[in-house]
Amino acid sequence: MQPVLELKHISKRYPGVKALENVDFRIFAGEVHALLGENGAGKSTLVKVMTGAESKTAGEIIIDNVAHEFATPIAAQKMGISTVYQEVNLLPNLSVAHNLFLGHEPKRYGLIDHKAMTTQAEQLLSRFKLDIDVNADLAKYSVAVQQLVAIARGVAMSAQVLVLDEPTASLDAEEVQTLFAVMEQLRSQGVAIVFITHFLDQVYQISDRITVLRNGKQVGEYLTAELPQTKLVEAMLGKELQQLTARRSNPDDKHMAGDDENAVTFSNVSAKGSIQEFDLEVPKGQAIGLAGLLGSGRTEVCNALFGIDTLSSGSISLGGKVLQLSQPSDAIHAGIALCPEDRKTDGIIAPLSIRENIILALQAKLGWWRYLSKTKQQTLADFYIDKLQIATPDADKPIGQLSGGNQQKVILARWLAVEPTLLALDEPTRGIDIGAHAEILALIKSLCDEGMSLLVTSSELEELVAFANKVVVLRDRKKVTELKGQQLTSQHVMQAIAEG
Amino acid sequence: MKDSIQTVSAGADHKLSEQDLAEAKAARYQAGKSNSVGRYIWPVCALALLLAVNLLLDASFFSISYQDGRFYGSLIDILNRSAPVALLAIGMSLVIATGGIDLSVGAVMAIVGAVCANLLITDISVFAVIIIGLSTGILAGVINGALVSYLSIQPIVATLLLMVAGRGVAQLINQGQIVTFQNDTFSAIGVGNWLGLPMPVWLVIATLLFCQLLVRRTALGLFIEAVGCNASASRYMGINDRHVKLFAYAMAGLCAAMAGMIATADIQGSDANNAGLWLELDAILAVVIGGAALTGGRFSLALSIIGALIIQTLATTIIVSGLPAKFNLLIKAIVILVVLLLQSEKFRNQCKQLLRISARGDV
Repeated sequence: MQPVLELKHISKRYPGVKALENVDFRIFAGEVHALLGENGAGKSTLVKVMTGAESKTAGEIIIDNVAHEFATPIAAQKMGISTVYQEVNLLPNLSVAHNLFLGHEPKRYGLIDHKAMTTQAEQLLSRFKLDIDVNADLAKYSVAVQQLVAIARGVAMSAQVLVLDEPTASLDAEEVQTLFAVMEQLRSQGVAIVFITHFLDQVYQISDRITVLRNGKQVGEYLTAELPQTKLVEAMLGKELQQLTARRSNPDDKHMAGDDENAVTFSNVSAKGSIQEFDLEVPKGQAIGLAGLLGSGRTEVCNALFGIDTLSSGSISLGGKVLQLSQPSDAIHAGIALCPEDRKTDGIIAPLSIRENIILALQAKLGWWRYLSKTKQQTLADFYIDKLQIATPDADKPIGQLSGGNQQKVILARWLAVEPTLLALDEPTRGIDIGAHAEILALIKSLCDEGMSLLVTSSELEELVAFANKVVVLRDRKKVTELKGQQLTSQHVMQAIAEG
Repeated sequence: MKDSIQTVSAGADHKLSEQDLAEAKAARYQAGKSNSVGRYIWPVCALALLLAVNLLLDASFFSISYQDGRFYGSLIDILNRSAPVALLAIGMSLVIATGGIDLSVGAVMAIVGAVCANLLITDISVFAVIIIGLSTGILAGVINGALVSYLSIQPIVATLLLMVAGRGVAQLINQGQIVTFQNDTFSAIGVGNWLGLPMPVWLVIATLLFCQLLVRRTALGLFIEAVGCNASASRYMGINDRHVKLFAYAMAGLCAAMAGMIATADIQGSDANNAGLWLELDAILAVVIGGAALTGGRFSLALSIIGALIIQTLATTIIVSGLPAKFNLLIKAIVILVVLLLQSEKFRNQCKQLLRISARGDV
């Protein structure tokens, strides 16, 4: 059988980053093909290449034995590939019917035939069991309805291949089943569906075939029926783990003396739309890992700790003293620092220099009146540029011009300058090339040795297991288990993530 | 990813050699210097060029005479007339650096003028009038800042409210009349002089020095730039972005109050309809000519002042050139467009490329 769409040896490079490297992907008519991987694995980039939103650096896109180049999404649409993106990409100020048929409205004498459009829109939405006024503005309806309208639009346009990027993220269980019914119907009509999701149960319910990506590389293509869930999680998070875990220095024996002295304690912490009844102890001088899939509550723990999410119940205390954390500066003054997950939007201040990026948090802690002199700033910057081996000719270079790894080092330097008691690192190694990756890991280890408490979130389990004294596994925004000592192996962590 | 741990030692390859580091350190200071100098080149060149054009048109343009204890001359005149816009530009620089904009400063000038004029016809001391006037400006700025930072209204909309309402408030205070007063002490703010220079020029110098010290000898300037570049990241660093924005708008209000007093003192009266009319646009233009981006970030108070001087010099040039007045606005727009294009690195590179291509064509 011939695949309807085949991508061969696709590579995509952004400046400083290899987003995709030699990835193959194929899809056959009449199948649902799940594209899986953690954040940053390259799913979105692959979809963008497939749908013409981004041009590939190397490789081939083959449809019906002919290689094609998509310069624009329209070119891809003409070849029968339509996409429903993760965020609703519709026009809220237009009616539902207009949104469904925008760009290819039913015409009569060259003008839009509103009557026909209304009937066709109602017919289309009835497949999704949506009984709404199609002439009302889209903005009137909930995000879930808007999501379904976006999918219906994709279905209306679809010829051969329909790409659904996280279509179920904002749908409730019943709506998901309705969507799956439509997907099954399309599958039986011979439409090929690329399905991207983080919900593994849904993968097993609807998909026929799975392709897993990790760090921009293809891990493998599997038939869903032949791949147990634990194996899938293993493929998503990384293999050959026993071998790696054996390499770690024995962290269980380290810092045993500090065990009694609890640096930071979460007791029964809940926050609205975030973690539920979360308990955790971060003893002084230890590194605690947070593991779990995307959306499991890893980042939410960090946000609660840093005063970004307000607690609805429970408390966070440091050295027995309950902390009032209503904004990041409260946390910083209490001795807590956070390297946020999204380096670009929450971490770096791109146009400002490396020097300024390093001293800003310390300056904010000191207050606007106690200004660090230029000489002091330069000394601090030079010290950390040398200590963390930040590759830059000068401290006055804007941080935006550095590579991801060096930016991350600058942000680490920023928080080290504040000398926190507890440093939380949310995905410190994401999107960083492999050399800098290793350097940052080495740095984390040395910090721990120096007696700083660390709370590290990572989707790379081998990393966590390599340096953490204890790994806390989260699932559905709740703590599932804590692993330490002999139990602390990647396989155990993976099992806990997969099975709960 | 399996090699991630193994490459810890291999990471040494990525390190710069010691020699590299030493060279890099030497280059650090150099680069920092040339960078800040580079920002001044184009606005200063534009100002110099405009002055040169004036010299061609009128040979006596640079001559300054000393008479009755004060200096006279075209240059002094430019300094004096540019004072209100220069003051507004100082405050506007701070607001624009936070990523905002303040359209209300012209209207705030009118309000402060009305407040002062109406107080001056009572028995209140001049000193108290000035304090109340300045407080009024700060209050207006704080209202703008609160709308922007606490109610998250877009700056252009928030300040548009006061731009429209402000003139109405001023008219109400004046009860629809032009209120005039006789007070030599207050008039001195607009028409007086000290050590030979007009009072408004001294006010600009003092405000510039005060603000420069305030933002560059404390961390405020850095906080403003950080918030303007990336408010979210600033919050993650513990900077209170709301307070920073509030401060910037309050400063803009204070500067507008001073400009409003100069305008009122100048004509010894408050004209709610015309005081400071459209000056907010000149102030924004001055900041932009000074090289600041409307999206926020880096700012320079001195460059904004140069921007204000360019605008005023241009106005003088057009008058000196003897062109019919109807050409004034058009020429102003064209000259400013040229100045802005010259500042754009992208435009300069494109020009260089064009020159290179044409040079190759000749060979």
